Amino acid sequence: MHHHSPSGLALPAPSRRSLLRGVGGAALLGAGIPLLSACGGSGTAADPKTVSLGSNASDAVPKKAFAEIYAAFTKQSGIKVDVNTKDHNTFQEQINSYLQGTPDDVFTWFAGYRMQFFAAKGLATPIDDVWQKIGGNFPEAMQKLSKGEDGKYYFVPLYTYPWAVFYRKSVFQEKGYEVPTKWDDFVALCKRMQKDGLVPIAFGDKDAWPALGTFDQINFRANGYDFHVELMAGKASWTDAKVRKVFDLWTEILPFHQEGAVGRTWQDAAQTLVSKKAGMYLLGSFVGQQFTNKADLDDLDFFPFPEIDPAYGQDTVEAPTDGFMLSKAPKNKAGAVKLLEYLGTPEAEEIYLKSDPNVVAASTKADTSAYTPLQKKAYEMISGAKNLTQFMDRDSRPDFTSTVMQPSLQNFVRNPKNVDSILSSIERQKKTIFASS
Amino acid sequence: MTATPAKAPEPATTPTPGPAPTPETGKVSQGHRRLLTRRDRLTLGLMAGLPTLLHVALVWLTALASIALAFTTWNGIGFDSIQWVGLDNFRELFTNNPQFWPAVEHNVVWFVVLILLPTPFGLFLAVQLDKRIRFSRVYQTAFFLPVVMSMAVIGFVWQLVYNPDTGLINSLIGANKPGHYIDWIGDPDLNLWAILIAASWRHAGYMMILYLAGLKSVDPALREASALDGANEWQTFKNVIFPTLRPTNTVVLVVTIIEALRAFDLVFVFNKGAQGTELLSILVTNNIIGESSRIGYGSAIAVVLLVISLAVIIPYLIATFKKERRA
Repeated sequence: MHHHSPSGLALPAPSRRSLLRGVGGAALLGAGIPLLSACGGSGTAADPKTVSLGSNASDAVPKKAFAEIYAAFTKQSGIKVDVNTKDHNTFQEQINSYLQGTPDDVFTWFAGYRMQFFAAKGLATPIDDVWQKIGGNFPEAMQKLSKGEDGKYYFVPLYTYPWAVFYRKSVFQEKGYEVPTKWDDFVALCKRMQKDGLVPIAFGDKDAWPALGTFDQINFRANGYDFHVELMAGKASWTDAKVRKVFDLWTEILPFHQEGAVGRTWQDAAQTLVSKKAGMYLLGSFVGQQFTNKADLDDLDFFPFPEIDPAYGQDTVEAPTDGFMLSKAPKNKAGAVKLLEYLGTPEAEEIYLKSDPNVVAASTKADTSAYTPLQKKAYEMISGAKNLTQFMDRDSRPDFTSTVMQPSLQNFVRNPKNVDSILSSIERQKKTIFASS
Repeated sequence: MTATPAKAPEPATTPTPGPAPTPETGKVSQGHRRLLTRRDRLTLGLMAGLPTLLHVALVWLTALASIALAFTTWNGIGFDSIQWVGLDNFRELFTNNPQFWPAVEHNVVWFVVLILLPTPFGLFLAVQLDKRIRFSRVYQTAFFLPVVMSMAVIGFVWQLVYNPDTGLINSLIGANKPGHYIDWIGDPDLNLWAILIAASWRHAGYMMILYLAGLKSVDPALREASALDGANEWQTFKNVIFPTLRPTNTVVLVVTIIEALRAFDLVFVFNKGAQGTELLSILVTNNIIGESSRIGYGSAIAVVLLVISLAVIIPYLIATFKKERRA
């Protein structure tokens, strides 16, 4: 029931996968429960042979995949993992009070600003000792993502997935389109698609977060990664000419977006790509969930968002990363460290990826031979990236993105002419929000 | 009518022995003249005390805490991070929040629409059903059904009706093609009205039941008398029936105001309060619940909502009670 997710805060993580996979995976759930009960529930929390773990993997498929990882860990180390699974959105909403109360030893979370925020507030324990063992498994960009503001490690990444422009190979072949690498080619392609009776860019912003993704892409292509980070951290101004340029570029391609976007869910927008009514769709690779027919899924391909400024090329990839953190006062720290070390191994990632073909392993050491062509491409794109971003609502303050950016961008999508008043309003609200602790 | 206030104290004493059955029948007759027995007092104390305690703790204390928090900024992490900011939240709200004034406006529009359209329609339905027409029960059930359903379910159902691509309306009128698009859910000029149709659909049934109950208590002799005086149906209704429905009208007005102010679930499910459908309750939720945790700021919005509610309800209730006392 993605419609009920209380805010766009829900990140492009399992919650969005719930709809179709929930149906498909319902049958698998039966297998997941005995596994979970087999590895949890016995012994108290202080038991040196048990590590407690708070999980947001409430959907059937990821839940089962995680359970398999923990089972493999128990087999290897003899330490039991007591899993406490909460509904994905609820977990995210309650994270503040959860971490302040008596959290589990290890908990699932996302890389990015919010992770660093918890680290800075002392709600997580640094895990440099874990990284001494697992550091070699990860590329530099992943290592950077896993550190707090103090330079210490706080996070063990498990999997990641890219945002890119998705399209149907057959449509491009049939109409003789070529993958655009430069902005002007991209605009020209949009025009051509419109002439051919296609919706050039599918778009649904009812959930208010997809537009954040479009902004991210244009911003780091036009202004570079460093400016993007400054802007997300509330340091750069939203009334800066650089930001205005992003919105001018966006206004240029907005007429090629699907009409009535604010009333459409991303799932409905994805359906227009499935039915070949739309030519392209800028989204995370979870768009693949909407391709339930195997032949359609094989026809799905993507290209990185085109270059805007040659100084930055296509060097930045938006790749939200999910993984694990260690809570502030773990009851069984030794066991938790062992678990985190295991979660940072390629084996743990391979177990997870077997059941989730829309994501790729965070580690460069994981076996890629079983990857689909799409996964291989995603993997190459991410591992070749100079910079990785996490998505606006993970890279900035969640109060700012949910209460200011989401409504503002919905407003812009509807009224691109109001851009100046929208931007000055964003800047005024940003100042107040970032001034508070 | 005159008897109501005088009667009030009596029922308060009579039910007391009920839940605590006193087997000594002899004492009951004395109890009327003498003070209550110790057991009665204990029961009474518990029965009045516990709810009062819960009420104070869960309603008054939380409301006061919320008012206090409205003058602070707090991210919900540790009590030491609460900072006093005076009126900053309100200043920010009134001058900088692009969603605040539209939200106030929409709450007002919500009330005006509910009182002008579904309420008279509910009264109309009630009058028709009161005529003992055939299948009255069936109609009553049909109109009342939306009231029984959860608002979230109603929102979900209507969202399917309004879905711009696959919804019932756009499919029927062919407005789901590029160029002809009608975005019922996203277009700020349309979406509030689209939701209000759903809200009215439910509200009419609610009002119908309230009025039907009111009409049942109208003395048939009044109708007879006005019929004898030669009044036609409309005159009877306007001059005789409607004035006797005054207590019901009070309830209807208060209920409608409350419905307008607490409007939330329907919109939240429909489009999460996107532009065009902002409501105060949704702003409160978006700011407090979830990761955003702008608890002070959200509380300030909640206080505005509280002040509006009080400003509307208190004068009306005072006026009503005054009139009743005079009568």
